[in-house]
Amino acid sequence: MLQPESEGDLARMIRSANAPMAIRGGGTRAPVEAGDLTTRRMTGITLYEPGALTLVAWAGTPMAEIDAALEAERQRLAFEPWEAARVLGRSGTSTLGGCVATNASGPRRMVAGAARDAVIGVRFVDGEGQVVKNGGRVMKNVTGLDLAKLLCGSRGRLGVLTEVALKLLPGVAASVTLAAEGLTPEDAVAAMSVALSTPFEVTGAAHDPAAGTFLRIEGGGDSVAYRADRLAAALPGEWRQIDADPWPAIRDATRFAGVEGDLWRVSVRPSHAPALVAALPGRWLMDWGGGLIWAETPPGTDLRAQMTCAGHATLVRAAPETHATLGTLHPEPDAVKRLTGGIVSKFDPKALFAHS
Amino acid sequence: MQMPDPNPAILSRKAAVVRRLAEALPEGAVIHAPEEVRAYECDALTAYACPPLAVVLASSTEEVSACLAVCHEEGVPVVPRGAGTSLAGGSLPTADAVVLGVARLNEVLEVSYPDRMIRVQTGITNLAVTGAVEEDGFFYAPDPSSQLACAIAGNIAMNSGGAHCLKYGVTTNNLLGVTVVLMDGTVVEIGGGHMDAPGLDLLGVICGSEGQLGVVTEATLRILPKPEGARPVLIGFDESEIAGQCVSDILKAGILPVAIEFMDHPAIIACEAFAGAGYPDCAALLIVEVEGSDAEIDAQLDRIEEIARRLDPVELRASTSAEESAAIWLGRKSAFGAMGQMGDYICLDGTIPVGELPRVLNGITELTESYGLRVANVFHAGDGNMHPLIIFDANTEGDLEKAEALGADILRLCVEVGGCLTGEHGVGVEKRDLMEVQFDPADLEAQMRVKDVFDPKWLLNPAKVFPLSVSAGRRAA
Ligand SMILES: Cc1cc2nc3c(=O)[nH]c(=O)nc-3n(C[C@H](O)[C@H](O)[C@H](O)COP(=O)(O)OP(=O)(O)OC[C@H]3O[C@@H](n4cnc5c(N)ncnc54)[C@H](O)[C@@H]3O)c2cc1C
Repeated sequence: MLQPESEGDLARMIRSANAPMAIRGGGTRAPVEAGDLTTRRMTGITLYEPGALTLVAWAGTPMAEIDAALEAERQRLAFEPWEAARVLGRSGTSTLGGCVATNASGPRRMVAGAARDAVIGVRFVDGEGQVVKNGGRVMKNVTGLDLAKLLCGSRGRLGVLTEVALKLLPGVAASVTLAAEGLTPEDAVAAMSVALSTPFEVTGAAHDPAAGTFLRIEGGGDSVAYRADRLAAALPGEWRQIDADPWPAIRDATRFAGVEGDLWRVSVRPSHAPALVAALPGRWLMDWGGGLIWAETPPGTDLRAQMTCAGHATLVRAAPETHATLGTLHPEPDAVKRLTGGIVSKFDPKALFAHS
Repeated sequence: MQMPDPNPAILSRKAAVVRRLAEALPEGAVIHAPEEVRAYECDALTAYACPPLAVVLASSTEEVSACLAVCHEEGVPVVPRGAGTSLAGGSLPTADAVVLGVARLNEVLEVSYPDRMIRVQTGITNLAVTGAVEEDGFFYAPDPSSQLACAIAGNIAMNSGGAHCLKYGVTTNNLLGVTVVLMDGTVVEIGGGHMDAPGLDLLGVICGSEGQLGVVTEATLRILPKPEGARPVLIGFDESEIAGQCVSDILKAGILPVAIEFMDHPAIIACEAFAGAGYPDCAALLIVEVEGSDAEIDAQLDRIEEIARRLDPVELRASTSAEESAAIWLGRKSAFGAMGQMGDYICLDGTIPVGELPRVLNGITELTESYGLRVANVFHAGDGNMHPLIIFDANTEGDLEKAEALGADILRLCVEVGGCLTGEHGVGVEKRDLMEVQFDPADLEAQMRVKDVFDPKWLLNPAKVFPLSVSAGRRAA
């Protein structure tokens, strides 16, 4: 196992490598095996300026460490990253690099942006062992091509992230969840749409056919109470405030942990969600007002064949053979594939990261 | 500023190139008479101008594709153009290039409130996007000061921002999809009404690529419900440092205003003389705007007031009505006009970490004095996006060069404290030769490799973004 302790170390390892290596952070999405390269020795927050809403850390820093630092200053990550360990049945802990490389985003993504929107700078080592930096530590930066965005969600195909700079949000003093029961998928999406079209700043909108429809409002105490009341009045049907906090379970889709079956994350227009879930063969859960659907399928089923609308489906959990036959990521149209393939071969000409 | 010599082989084939373009495009789409192409010789960076070989004004994605295919075959460079308001010379032509304008592509293609998105052709102006949805209570968030004139095409190419970006983000955070035409004419669809990319985030790298990768003809944009209301507070301080401190304190306290604007003394004086907004004569002014219901606004303004009072402001005026809000914004909104009266100006947009504001403001004052020029600063302080306006006299021999040299020094200072050359206007030709101040060779190489994939012949928007010496090998190939 390759465990570089610095960016320089890592660059040397890559320059001398001639066989493919998988890049791993904390091993929550895939176990860390012999021959893999892990960033877990490259950890630590290198800069945290609460007054500038920015934090910079090494890629191997556990997300838990970052969360703790932010909590101490009552700040938070806008994108509410989801944690894959539960649903994949793994014991590792997520790292910043893994989180950014998979663009992992939770319920707040629909209004506050994804990981890619919070990342303001990266450093990485490409497939030739070159250290590259892009972006920086300032919130607005249009200097040159935005490779930081390209690295977010690149799943290690372009290089190994070594350092990431993030834009932060102030923390919230209070959070209220409104719930309704028994809505059809159509009614749920319609209600969530009404909610997301109000000025009351809904930061969570999810529908779980087994548990209900949920709307979240966050902010200062008085303001949250006011907006929750106004929102409830604007919505059709019966809504009540609940004490329980359903959002961690929605974020991590824990309903699908510990059971058989493949698991997908599907991104569609919210208005296309009801028709899509009607065609699904197994259990499902809607987040992002219907824009994100978690779906369970019998092992080996190609969910993409059920999709008649635009969007994309990522295979989150399946047997290795299924990942191989169906593809983890949604197939791209030819013109896009040519661009993507071209970029990958420029950044990783020796195909060292082909199995990341 | 140096531009590469035009390719004589292309200049001598002008008639043939124009003929092929005219054959491929409808009547009226190709402009080639010297007196007519002159209208496209520059953008808002008027210090540099060069009439292009020809201009194509396309009315559809197919026409953009046809134009690009011809230019690709002929080996003719193409300069994409929106409304031509770039402050960085992003749409400055070369004599051997075809300017490809998208201003006629200005239709709204689809509005979907259930999906909170709008699909437009990219020649539409920024303000017209909000105009299309505002009666229904929605708006498009990125709001560059040029929003009445600038096109979504240029906004996407420059990843433009505005005063309200602190809360809502810049263009890239509000862009869901594009139709982009590659230099060889291939039309590519990326993203759409859904979120995030299935694989590599090509949308993320196309946004802000300054016309280097393709010509964007359609865009899917996120629209947001309008807030219940918004009101600002005006806070004046005796020292710039303290105003900078106030910005950090507000952010640290957990308040996220929609805008925090900063004006320094020369800017206050100029705006006051121009607009008579009743600003106090002090070292620094902040305008902090918050949103929500009336009660929520009052609560946030109270907290901001409390933070500011601890720093002993010379003036503190919270708006309680639409009229008072307008009065507070009046001076700020007329800043560009006011500066225009002081002389010619260069507007920089280097961005710095918020904590470095005092140091950089002092540094700018020192540099300015050493050059014997005047600088006024009006900027987005919440995200550290400076806007030093360097005042000079274009009719005085050598003054432009002096102003540019000062500008370069200021931008070096921004990079030195951990910031960047440009926060919203883009690199264009203006900051092209400073790129090596911020980036190492490997950093630029990585960016140029992406361009190699999209535009292997390096025909799109020539001589921009990358220093000529750095891109020489690729341009010659
Ligand atoms: C008074 C004034 C105030 C301003 N205020 C702000 C501000 O607050 N915030 C801010 O961010 N900017 C501001 N700007 C700068 C400018 O308005 C923005 O950069 C704007 O986005 C440019 O849009 P445009 O349509 O005019 O683009 P153009 O000037 O036509 O082009 C800009 C760049 O985009 C490329 N391009 C144009 N169309 C396409 C296309 N279809 N496909 C690919 N590339 C294309 C061009 O090649 C060029 O590189 C201001 C400018 C002025 C004059």
